[in-house]
Amino acid sequence: MSQEKSAIKKIRATGAMREVMAEYFAELDEAAKTGSEKIAWCTSVGPAELLRSFGFLVYFPENHGALLGATRMAADLIPAATAAGYSPEICSYLTSDVGSYLSKTTPLTRAFGMESVPKADVLVYNTNQCRDVQDWLGFYEREWGVPMLGIQTPRSVGDLSDAIVGGLIEQHKALIPHLEEISGRKFDIDRLREVMASSHRCTQLWREVLRLATHRPSPITFFDCTIHMGPAVVLRGEERAERYYEVLIAELEERIADGVGAVDDESLRFYWEGMPVWGKLRDHAEQFAGHRACVVASTYCNSWIFDALEYADPFEGMARAYTEIFIVRSEDFKQGYMESMVRDYAIDGIIFHDAKTCPNNSNNRYGLPLRLREQIGTPFVVIDGDLNDLRLYSEEQARTQFEALVEQLQEQPA
Amino acid sequence: MNDPLYCGVDVGASSTKLVLLDQSREVRGHSIRRSGVDYAATARACLDEAIGAAGAEAGQVRRTVSTGYGRRNVDFSDDTRTELHCHGVGCYHHFPSAITIVDIGCQDNKIIRLDESGRRVDFKMNRKCAAGTGAFLEEIALRLDVELEELERLASSTTEAVRLNSFCTVFASTEILSHLRRGEPLANLIRGAFASVVNRVAEMDRLDGEVVLTGGVVAHNPTTAEIFADKVDGEVKVPPDPQFSGALGAALTALAQEEKNA
Repeated sequence: MSQEKSAIKKIRATGAMREVMAEYFAELDEAAKTGSEKIAWCTSVGPAELLRSFGFLVYFPENHGALLGATRMAADLIPAATAAGYSPEICSYLTSDVGSYLSKTTPLTRAFGMESVPKADVLVYNTNQCRDVQDWLGFYEREWGVPMLGIQTPRSVGDLSDAIVGGLIEQHKALIPHLEEISGRKFDIDRLREVMASSHRCTQLWREVLRLATHRPSPITFFDCTIHMGPAVVLRGEERAERYYEVLIAELEERIADGVGAVDDESLRFYWEGMPVWGKLRDHAEQFAGHRACVVASTYCNSWIFDALEYADPFEGMARAYTEIFIVRSEDFKQGYMESMVRDYAIDGIIFHDAKTCPNNSNNRYGLPLRLREQIGTPFVVIDGDLNDLRLYSEEQARTQFEALVEQLQEQPA
Repeated sequence: MNDPLYCGVDVGASSTKLVLLDQSREVRGHSIRRSGVDYAATARACLDEAIGAAGAEAGQVRRTVSTGYGRRNVDFSDDTRTELHCHGVGCYHHFPSAITIVDIGCQDNKIIRLDESGRRVDFKMNRKCAAGTGAFLEEIALRLDVELEELERLASSTTEAVRLNSFCTVFASTEILSHLRRGEPLANLIRGAFASVVNRVAEMDRLDGEVVLTGGVVAHNPTTAEIFADKVDGEVKVPPDPQFSGALGAALTALAQEEKNA
C-alpha cells in the first residue's frame, strides 16, 4: 500500500473568504483601538444573534483557539497557561488562548496585522458545549474587570422538553437589561428577528455546502470545510456571510457538474467524529487523499446548522437552536444522528478522534463506536490526539490506524 | 539454486525483522537486528544476512513488502502494508481459522480479529502510552538493574506476582521500588510486571474465541503467554518465532502479490 503524496485541490473561493475574514477582523481591531463600537466576546454557539441585535461587534475566542492550533503555536503557548495554574488536561483552546494572552503573542498579528485580541466590553458564554468556556471567559473577566454573562444549558439532552426550552428562554431574556446597559441601546425585537433571519439563511447555505458532499465524488472534504466554516461561525447574522456561501456553493456545483472530486479517483468515504487536529489538517488531508479516500462528513462542521433560528418567537428559536446541536444531546440521540449520517453520505468507515482535552467532543468514550458497529456494521478507528496540543498526538500511530482501516475496507468482498 | 524468493521486512521501533520465503512458502532465511537510527541501512543489513543464511543470491529476491513503523524507509521495498495487516497474515498462516491476535511489541500493542477466511474484521491499537508494551519491561529491567535476558528466568521461577496498580510506566517503576524496599523478592516483582503487561493488553478489547499471542515480548518472555492464558481462562496459542510474525506476513503478502500479478 504505497501511499502517494497527493496535492490538495485548492478551492477558488478561498480568496473571497480570506477577504471577508480580514474585513471582520479589521473592524474588530478598529473598534478595539478607537472605542467606536462595543465588542462582545461570545462562545461559538452562544447567543451571538442576541448580541448582534444590540449592535455589538462579536468576537469568538474559539475561532482564536482554532487559529492557535492551525498555526501550531498552541504547544508553545500552553505552558504559559499551565504555569499560571491552568491544567494541561483542560480544554487546550482555553490553555493556548490564555497562554497566548499571557505571552502577548497571537496569530492575528501575522494573519490580519492585529497587535492583540480585541478587548471585550462584555463576555458572554453558553455552557451548551462545555463548562470550560465559562472558566475561559472568567480569566478575561478577572483580567479586564469587564462583565461576564452566561447561559447555563443542560447537557446529555434527549428530547427538548418544554421545561428545558422554557428555562433557556428565561435565561436569554434575563440577559437583556445587562446588554442594554452595556451597549447603551434599547432592546429591539425587530432587529433581533432580522439578525436571526440572516443567521438562519447563512446556516441553511452552510448546510447546502455540506450536503453537496453527498455527491460521489464529493466536491469538498471535511478538511476544506473546517476552514470554510469560518464565516458561518463568526459572521452568521450578517449578509456578507450569506454572499460568501453563495459563491462557494456555485464553485462546488461547478465541480459536481464537471465530475471533479475534491480527492482524485475517490474510492472510500469517511466520517470524522470529533474535533479536527488543527495542527495536522494538511497532513491528514494529504494522507486520506493519498489513499483515494475522502472524509466527506463530520459532526463538527454540521454543528453550525441551526434550523430553529426560524422560529416565530426569536427567544424560543435561540433556546432551541443552541440546544438542539449534537454536543448537547444524549448518547441515544447521537447514535441515531450518526446512523443517518452514515446512510446519507454513504460512509465506508468512521474516524473517532479522542481529543485528550476535549471530553465533550470525544464521542468514543461511552461505547458509541461499538454500538454503532453492532447496529449498522460500519468499521471505525479511534485515534488519540487533541484539537490543539500536539504533544498529545502520535503521528505514526494515527497514520498506521488510518492506513489499516483503508486496508481493511479494501479487503472487503465486493 | 535460482528459485525466486520473497522478502518481508518489519521495521519496528526496537528491532528490524526480515524473512525470506520461497514459492512453497517455506522460510529460507531470516534475520533480526536493532533498528537503530538508520532504518534503511538496518533493513539492508538484515537482507544481506538473510540472503547469506539462505545460501542465496540477491538477484533471487523477486519482491519485497515492508511493514512496521519504518516501513516507508526501506529503499528496496516494492510495497508497504501496515503491521495490522502483516501480523494478521503471518498468524493466519500458522492458525488458519477465526482468531484474535494479540501482538505485544516494543512500543505498541495491537488486537487484530480475523474471520475464518483470514479477512480482518477489526483491530485496535493501544492508546498513546507505553504501558503494557515491551518498553515498559525494558524500563523495569533498567530500574531494577536486571539484564533483559534475565527477566524470563526470574518470572518463571515463581508463581507469586506482586500486583502493580499504576497505569503509568514511570509510576509503576516507582511502585516496584517501594515493594522492593519492603523486601518483596525480585522474582515476584518481575512476574508482577509481566502480569501488568498482560492486564493492560487484556483491557484493550474483548478477547473472545481463539487467541494467538505474538510479538517480541512473548518471543523473549514465554511466561507472558502462560499469564495471558490464565487471564483469558483458556488456551493461548503462540506461533513459531512470534517476533517474526509481521515479517512473515509481509513476505507472504509479497508472494501473494506476485502470484496475483502472474
